[in-house]
Amino acid sequence: MADPMKIRAAMSGDKVEVKILMSHEMETGQRKDAKGAAIPAHFIQTVTATHNGKVVLSAEWGPAVSKNPFLAFKFGGGKPGEKVSVTWVDNKGDKRTDEATIS
Amino acid sequence: MRKNLQVAARAVLAVAALAATGVAAQQKSAIEEIERYRAALGDGNPAELWEARGDALWKEKRGPKNASLEQCDLGLGPGVVRGAYTVLPKYFADTNKVEDLESRLVSCMVMLQGFTPEQAKKDPYGGPGKKVAMDALVAFVTSESRGLPMKVAGTHPKEVEAYELGRQIFFHRGGPYDFSCATCHGVNNQRIRLQDLPNLLNPRDAKKAYTAWPAYRVSQGEVRSFQWRLLDCFRQQRFPELEFVSPASVALTMFLAKNSNGGTFDAPSIKR
Repeated sequence: MADPMKIRAAMSGDKVEVKILMSHEMETGQRKDAKGAAIPAHFIQTVTATHNGKVVLSAEWGPAVSKNPFLAFKFGGGKPGEKVSVTWVDNKGDKRTDEATIS
Repeated sequence: MRKNLQVAARAVLAVAALAATGVAAQQKSAIEEIERYRAALGDGNPAELWEARGDALWKEKRGPKNASLEQCDLGLGPGVVRGAYTVLPKYFADTNKVEDLESRLVSCMVMLQGFTPEQAKKDPYGGPGKKVAMDALVAFVTSESRGLPMKVAGTHPKEVEAYELGRQIFFHRGGPYDFSCATCHGVNNQRIRLQDLPNLLNPRDAKKAYTAWPAYRVSQGEVRSFQWRLLDCFRQQRFPELEFVSPASVALTMFLAKNSNGGTFDAPSIKR
């Protein structure tokens, strides 16, 4: 199973700033191994962040995103103590969901 | 005629001076750009993922003795992790050796968890698709010293011996390039391509360099330990492969760590 994400969510003025680190190989499918065989593509395809059950960010990713990606965004309407939940799904169907409390 | 030559010569000199300042300005801005790149990445340093994994591994019961590393003495007493990296390498009576962090972790895995030394040393570095315990433990332990000043004692006779040995290795010239560490790291303002090379004999550079390792290498997607840093320096010098946690590697670490005393530890960092 995939390693947990590191999620930080903090108030920044009247907005909530969310910073997420994901642990993922993000293999493009373009590279070859030492024997010359193509390394199969393995990358995150969708990222969804929700707050109080409402989607605040939804992203479609491709193989151009770096290994161990970092994502930061802001949204309005959050309050300290509430939770932000983030889910990613990759092209092999692996997924991971983690949440953080807004500080 | 003569006057014309003088004018021409003056013009050539002026052009040369302009070119020199131009190159200097270009170099400076390239270095500044790299610094800006590092600062931009620093906010989301993936080394935190290693730190979190190392934290869990530290507490996990593993090995034949089914024990955690929580009672490991890293130099400040059993179980003390906070600040431990700032006193390493250090002499440990239980192994009768000077040990750096990596060799101490190997010793703890052997003494507490019951691994054989071969098992504990088997996978020192991670790679594509390969996560190893050592990298994560190193990231976790070093992160607990962030913001603290380096204070390697180096007073025990074995520590003095290791420091002296490390100093000799630093200046030892050899290999097909006839290089020593000092060839690149004993002169001010040296570069490899655009990468500044710290002069490790200058206290300011020595502090800055040592306190920035281990680091997440963006180009490799891995957290690299100080043992790895030395291994790769030896490779670049075309020296024989530096054996993981060998006495030579610990001695060289002792030399570089003690020379960084007083510097504020600020790692795991992020590097290109």
